[in-house]
Amino acid sequence: MTARAVIGRAVASLALLLFAVNLAAAVEPSEMLKDPGLEARARAISQEIRCLVCQNQSIDDSNADLAHDLRVIVRERLTAGDSDRQVKDYLTARYGDFVLLDPPFRTKTLILWAGPAALLLLGIAIIAFAARRRRAVAAAPLDENERRRLAQLLDQSK
Amino acid sequence: MTRRLIYLLPALIFAGIAGWFWQGLSPNRDPTLVPSVMIDKEVPAFDLPPLTADAPGLKSADLKGHVSLINFFASWCVPCRAEHPLLFGLAQDKHLEIDGIAYKNKPEDADGYLAELGNPYARVVLDQPGRTAIDFGVYGVPESYLIDRDGRIRFRQVGPLTEAVIEGQLKPLIAELSK
Repeated sequence: MTARAVIGRAVASLALLLFAVNLAAAVEPSEMLKDPGLEARARAISQEIRCLVCQNQSIDDSNADLAHDLRVIVRERLTAGDSDRQVKDYLTARYGDFVLLDPPFRTKTLILWAGPAALLLLGIAIIAFAARRRRAVAAAPLDENERRRLAQLLDQSK
Repeated sequence: MTRRLIYLLPALIFAGIAGWFWQGLSPNRDPTLVPSVMIDKEVPAFDLPPLTADAPGLKSADLKGHVSLINFFASWCVPCRAEHPLLFGLAQDKHLEIDGIAYKNKPEDADGYLAELGNPYARVVLDQPGRTAIDFGVYGVPESYLIDRDGRIRFRQVGPLTEAVIEGQLKPLIAELSK
């Protein structure tokens, strides 16, 4: 392979890699903030906000009009000096907890969050209970008759 | 005997979970519906320009003192066309004012739409940036909000109003609120 071909390949794979990284995001360059720190926060928040039109995409991934508007709002709030928490509160005040892709811990979501742990504990409890019972059964020693009969059987099989 | 009943427990738990899941599959349940968090809350503050220059605009304070229905629509929205004729029936109710908010619509397009299908609205205003819609929690057009005399949102319809919704839910609520 010539040096040129190697460079060509390297450039091609790099381009492919960059394309793959960028593939998921729907953020348009015109939406981006100049401050890279704020933009990074905006990206992180956007990835946790549900696009209400497509519902299983974040607003960072979605090309829907509403997703675009919400991305712009997230950036506006951040520029205005809001904390991440405040930006999310702004959106949940309008669209409810549904707008968050990660459901928050509430009484309504108690089964969701505590359910698996409760099932695990229940499973451990059942196994522990069953194991203790089995041990109790196995601990009963053979009596004199049984021991003689066992010896007999063992002798026969020789 | 009572000890044996414990073997029924897994079957009962299964039946319970299966029943719960079965309910989730009910055709009457729309899993994509986002419940409104605005119910019983005051309408968000807004001040929107009129569609035509000589008509009045609409701001949140204008909604106090009477029952009103805010209808978000757009000329590019197909289900809006389906619900549009039903709005004329509702508009006959003297206790109710129906105001239209044209969502992300060019004035000439919204104007053409109303010229074609008729205008059931008391006021028609423009929300071109779509920010007022977001403040209401709108995530698609059409959406309708019933506002009581104190300017509180009492009912929200996602998607087109239907005969069943109007007769079954909207009209009784309007009658109650305009007492």
